[in-house]
Amino acid sequence: MAVKEITMPKLGESVTEGTINSWLVNVGDTVKKYDPIAEIMTDKVNAEVPSSYSGVIKEIVRDEGDTVLVGELICYIETESEQEQREPSEAVVEQANVATDDDSKNMRARYSPAVVKLASEHNINLNNVEGTGLGGRITRKDIKQYIQSLQTKDNGKTSVTTSVKPEQTGSGQDKEIAVTGVRKVIAENMVKSKREIPHAWMAVEVDVTNMVSYRNKIKDDFKQREGYSLTYFAFFVHAVARALKEFPEVNSMWADDKIIQRHEVNISIAVAKENELFVPVIKHANEKSVTGIAKEIYQLAHKARNNQLQAEDMENGTFTVNNTGTFGSVSSMGIINHPQAAILQVESIVKRPVIINDMFAARDIVSLSLSLDHRILDGLICGRFLARIKEILENINEETTTI
Amino acid sequence: MAEISYIQAINAAMKEEMERDENVFIVGEDVGSKGGVFRATDGLYQTFGEDRVIDAPLAESAIVGVSIGSAMYGMRPIAEIQFADFIMPAINQIVSEAAKIRYRSNNDWNCPITIRAPYGGGISGALYHSQSVEAMFNSHPGLKIVMPSTPYDAKGLLKAAIRDNDPVLFFEHKRAYRLLKEQVPEDDNVIPIGKADVKREGTDVTVITYGLCVHFAKQAANRLEKEGIDVHILDLRTVYPLDQASIIEAAGKTGKVLLITEDNKEGSIIGEVAAIIAEHCLFELDAPIRRLAAPDVPAMPFAQPLENAFMVNEEQIEQAIRELAIF
Repeated sequence: MAVKEITMPKLGESVTEGTINSWLVNVGDTVKKYDPIAEIMTDKVNAEVPSSYSGVIKEIVRDEGDTVLVGELICYIETESEQEQREPSEAVVEQANVATDDDSKNMRARYSPAVVKLASEHNINLNNVEGTGLGGRITRKDIKQYIQSLQTKDNGKTSVTTSVKPEQTGSGQDKEIAVTGVRKVIAENMVKSKREIPHAWMAVEVDVTNMVSYRNKIKDDFKQREGYSLTYFAFFVHAVARALKEFPEVNSMWADDKIIQRHEVNISIAVAKENELFVPVIKHANEKSVTGIAKEIYQLAHKARNNQLQAEDMENGTFTVNNTGTFGSVSSMGIINHPQAAILQVESIVKRPVIINDMFAARDIVSLSLSLDHRILDGLICGRFLARIKEILENINEETTTI
Repeated sequence: MAEISYIQAINAAMKEEMERDENVFIVGEDVGSKGGVFRATDGLYQTFGEDRVIDAPLAESAIVGVSIGSAMYGMRPIAEIQFADFIMPAINQIVSEAAKIRYRSNNDWNCPITIRAPYGGGISGALYHSQSVEAMFNSHPGLKIVMPSTPYDAKGLLKAAIRDNDPVLFFEHKRAYRLLKEQVPEDDNVIPIGKADVKREGTDVTVITYGLCVHFAKQAANRLEKEGIDVHILDLRTVYPLDQASIIEAAGKTGKVLLITEDNKEGSIIGEVAAIIAEHCLFELDAPIRRLAAPDVPAMPFAQPLENAFMVNEEQIEQAIRELAIF
């Protein structure tokens, strides 16, 4: 039997640390070599740490949420090899104790220059001063404290210690949750985006009655044929991708002294998972059909829910479409996905009475809310961009649209 | 302010100085279209063109020599030595020419040259890619040696180096390039050369160091805080000439001093720091001055266990501080 150390692996060239998202094993579990033992998060991506040995998990050293440098110990594993068990830490402690005992007898009267100087300045007999240093040595701190205590006595003052307590919140029943892992990364990204980007907002209402009836008509056949759902969201992403190709100003990013208009149209979509948020990317969305986009949304969401997203799944987004309608929202102001230039919130589709040709009609209305980087974009371009999306969406119907 | 890495800070400082002053130019190996082997000059060739970002032949003596000549004629060259280890062929130019021109010409001529070089180990770079060379230059009045420990300092000090009217050696720890990130102001923030900086206030033990070791010391200090040990950290930033007043003040603050360098122990920068403290702080000292440094071994080993043994690390620093605290 031998106890081996498992350390934080180097997960990439520029990676110097990783955060333990969750442990996949408990103390006492038997693992085989290469079995995943912990889920690690670096920057944006989750990866699994494989076990370097076969054996039994003996001790887990670092907690979930801890950020650990590459090469640092994260757990001990007991392996079944011939080697003898080493317990180096105990041996070191023993040695240290021996050294301390030796020194303890003769340090009491070894005064440092600082101590001698303070003693002579204040006429202090060092025999009266208690030493807290190594082997009872009087440290500079000890004598300073002694001088202070004399002065306090002289002045007849009693020293009052005031301790500062953190402000109590509410009834004391409040629950405190440590900010770690993905939550921390989300928080940092949001703060960065809000701090650097001057946000402005704009929204349009779109009549998607024809789109809704078209989609409802074909959705069951589609599901049966393709094996996944044809969502409204796919239509929206498709329309946005087409509009972005026509408005390269919106498909751009701020780079300090210049604005970079991106050639590719890669749409980031937000996928929520309990208290985590992932933003995978549909690459070249403008070259894809509604079906192609629906398929990719389905695959990316599936990967996100199963922690299978890779770094490349989340890279190079040029614009974000956020499906806030899922949560029933009818109006929201998104925070831009840094360093992109804008984010579009697709709200709930709701039936509303509207007036067409002076008559009331019940129509399916959706609100599209755009947050824009005002350094890059102004109202004029964004208004045109939203109008173009509206035009595309309102012209979707059975006759003119193939999916 | 944006969060940027150490190398991005270096890049930003050069870019801003080149925009500010048309006399600033860069010369070095692979600094042009390649953008430098560490990408320190990334994008500068494309922005400023081949006349201001010049690819040099593999001849450090020429890189520095050409820079000295142009500096004497009013230019502000930034000479990049690809690795500090390769600076040796240029030592004659640096020590006998650049450092002495102002003195030798009785103030008629001066030499505003900045020589940038990545130094330091811990990157599996072995002999030719890991050395600390600062101690070779710290006995030559006329030279300044700057070794920043953070992206914030790197940007502000490099700007100051480029604007300095005398030669400045600017050593950047290559492991810090992508390891260290922090908020760095985008405006024209210049940090004066020759001033050390208190990176952490404390009352128990004073750590005086520079370069990447500042980062290690900060980490160790954060851990020791939980044990009730309060560490004071002074970052030298300019290692030659030394900021004596700040060293004396920091040593006197606790009376227990730990000096750290990644360089070989004997003859290193911190030996001089120890001498300053011994000269000025005897009656403030409460413990012997302690030094933590690489062993006196000729070169950084390549084998991982040996490199680990050679490099000063957080655990050693933590233990040394602890021992001083309980002394």
